[in-house]
Amino acid sequence: MHPVVTLVARRVALGLILLWAASVLIFVGTTILPGDVAQAILGQSATPVSLANLREELGLNEPALTRYLDWMGGVLRGDLGTALTNGEDIATAMGRRLGNTLLLAGVAAAIAVPLALLLGIVAVRFRNRWPDRAISTVTLAAISVPEFLLGYLVIYVLAVQWRVFPSLAAVYDGMGWAETLNAIALPVIVLVLAVLGHMMRMTRAAILNVMQAPYIETAELKGLRPIAVIARHAFPNAVAPVVNVVTINLAFLVVGVVVVEVVFVYPGMGQYLVDHVSKRDVPVVQASGLVFAAVYIGLNLVADVVSILANPRLRHPR
Amino acid sequence: MNDDLSRLIAQIDAARMGRRAFLNRTAAFGLSAALGTSLMAQDARAQEPRKGGVLRMGIGGGETTDTLDPALADSPVPFNVVRQWGDTLVNVTPDGQIEPRLAESVEGNADGTVWTFGIRQGVKFHDGSDMTVDDVVATMKRHSDENAKSGALGIMQGISDIRADGTNVVFTLATGNADLPFLLSDYHLVIQPKGGVDAPAAAIGTGTYRLTSAEAGVRYAFEKNPNDWDATRGHYDGVEILVINDNTARTSALQSGQVQIVNRVDPKVATLLGRTPGVVVHNVSGRGHYVFIMHTDTAPFDNKDLRLALKYAINRQEMVDKILDGFGGLGNDTPINAAYPLFTPIEQREYDAARAAEHYKASGHDGSPIVLLVADTAFPGAVDAAALFQQSAQAAGIPLEIQRVPDDGYWSDVWNVKPFCASYWGGRPVQDQMYSTAYLSTADWNDTKFRRPDVDALILEARAETDAAKRTDLYDRIGRIVHEDGGTICPMFNDFIDAASDTIAGWVQDPNYEMMGGWASAKTWMA
Repeated sequence: MHPVVTLVARRVALGLILLWAASVLIFVGTTILPGDVAQAILGQSATPVSLANLREELGLNEPALTRYLDWMGGVLRGDLGTALTNGEDIATAMGRRLGNTLLLAGVAAAIAVPLALLLGIVAVRFRNRWPDRAISTVTLAAISVPEFLLGYLVIYVLAVQWRVFPSLAAVYDGMGWAETLNAIALPVIVLVLAVLGHMMRMTRAAILNVMQAPYIETAELKGLRPIAVIARHAFPNAVAPVVNVVTINLAFLVVGVVVVEVVFVYPGMGQYLVDHVSKRDVPVVQASGLVFAAVYIGLNLVADVVSILANPRLRHPR
Repeated sequence: MNDDLSRLIAQIDAARMGRRAFLNRTAAFGLSAALGTSLMAQDARAQEPRKGGVLRMGIGGGETTDTLDPALADSPVPFNVVRQWGDTLVNVTPDGQIEPRLAESVEGNADGTVWTFGIRQGVKFHDGSDMTVDDVVATMKRHSDENAKSGALGIMQGISDIRADGTNVVFTLATGNADLPFLLSDYHLVIQPKGGVDAPAAAIGTGTYRLTSAEAGVRYAFEKNPNDWDATRGHYDGVEILVINDNTARTSALQSGQVQIVNRVDPKVATLLGRTPGVVVHNVSGRGHYVFIMHTDTAPFDNKDLRLALKYAINRQEMVDKILDGFGGLGNDTPINAAYPLFTPIEQREYDAARAAEHYKASGHDGSPIVLLVADTAFPGAVDAAALFQQSAQAAGIPLEIQRVPDDGYWSDVWNVKPFCASYWGGRPVQDQMYSTAYLSTADWNDTKFRRPDVDALILEARAETDAAKRTDLYDRIGRIVHEDGGTICPMFNDFIDAASDTIAGWVQDPNYEMMGGWASAKTWMA
């Protein structure tokens, strides 16, 4: 069998094992949390009888292993259970939220990734001259400002003063595409600014790293234009580290944007998770944890596979 | 009233209140429109409501875990949502009177044990079915059932029997309660088809607007109810409630014109927001109050002199100025203020370091630090308020130690458990309910562990007393005892602060709750 296939298969298997391990950790973590779920749900109005009833109803009297197997069985069948707080089907409610989060992350990534690569290449082309300095300064400044402040700044300027985009990013069913994109414009701007610096710096550093290599000199001596040297010869060899940074940032866009969601009132996964954590809605917390773990592991898997494929020595074994 | 007027004028000077808000408020406490207009010179004649438009409201205080079941509504967003689609039997007007809604008439017997509500006929639910007496009975019974976990359960527990009688619903009480109509104005008690037993979260009611889409913690949309039984309300074609929990996001949504009304304006920015062109800040003094509560059965707070020492050692005016930024009223160590119908003033307790020191000495306290537990969740600015308290107590030689505890678990592990902590009360529509909830020996939420048989007797006597003058006198006596002997240190009553675009007309100051008691969408219109 082709060694690349074996390598990729091994990575996928490892990813699945990791996901399973994460599911155990999530389950154990939410089970050993201090306090009793039934007590947390009933709060002040708890009586011994109602506590016992609720424990029975939630199956809390079963041994932990049985509950874990029940839960995993449900997850494998696509049944994430129902939320304790409002009885909604978790898969449906979370599906909508996850869709929103992926939309926001996707649009932000679609702008941020090409822009970061382009800026990185431009910075290398004009390294240590003013375009390089300007790009570095701006992106580093943007990454250094906390996201919520960046959020308030763009709201103040673009929503309150100039009224170009709406300050609320509330999206809901029945909105057209143009309307949706208009609504999420401000959070997208903030997220792009938040991840741009990291990816751009990595691109720049990785390309600079290979610029010293003999084949770059050869390319220059062939008389290629500098931008072509970078794009055709340097960049493909710098892809592996860049892809890793890009995936970390993509994962951040999916799981780490609670603050941005709050500032722009965006109905994404972050707010959903936080609300349910504060209400001790364990099934939702477990399901969200699993989805976040899957996103991280999946994206890292993609990064690994891309790095493997980007390496000609692995693609063309002797 | 002159004091009130001068306070209003002072607020205009401080740019806290817009012209429209001023006029609304003067009207609210019965000041003639002539005086209001002569002060302001500008025209403020009542406008004819204009129909049409979609009102967008930005409401803070909602979560993805909220349900549409009115029995479980317990925060601002569910409250405002219920107000759109539901009606109660009666409502409390801004000046504290009972206004018939789905009940046309209310009658009680002499000792307040039997109450007859005549139910309005010809009212249709949103699904087209008729609202009947049976629906009313079923609704009330559902809220009386412990399994429904209704927020109104405490109210319903005093009712021993609910039955239909022709077009009337008759409530029989175990002990007399002259306030029953006020209790039944509770916002949980909206009438649902068949009492909502089968489908508690269907959001079908008789209200001004009909729910068209709901996403918990995000957005609720409504359209005008074409069969509304009350033709005087509901001027918009539709209403949208957007859940905006972040204070800054809420105010900027108003400033950028994305929403026309917001609730819960942060007092710290309310003054600035009021200066923004196109925005009017509406604040009204309500019954909610911030408190520091001492368990009167636990040392050292079981000593009356020590309690008085702490009561004299707090600077109430400073708290109103610095914690509420002036958007509130002075507390007087009772839970009652002028927003209650039978309020009688008690001499205001002032900050007096010398008297505090005197009482502290008399208490014989050993001088060890008195520990006050506080968390941000107790009330907005609680931690700062505790620091101010510590300073003013120190000036009287009372060693107060602040222990900051996490928000998480505060209401289950600290409040009502630890002997001295900060807390918040939302207030109740009538004195009886407030005292019965928190000052009766047997009450679960007697968070000062205040147990005085004479006060219990007075509360029960006042509850069954149907003569207003005698009741007023009884509440005056209870108030004085709590003021002097109780474990409540009440520095301030907070205002409800909403803000609206100046295109919204018809705003009325309603001390019952924020957003005009929840009726903002029903009673305002786009000018």
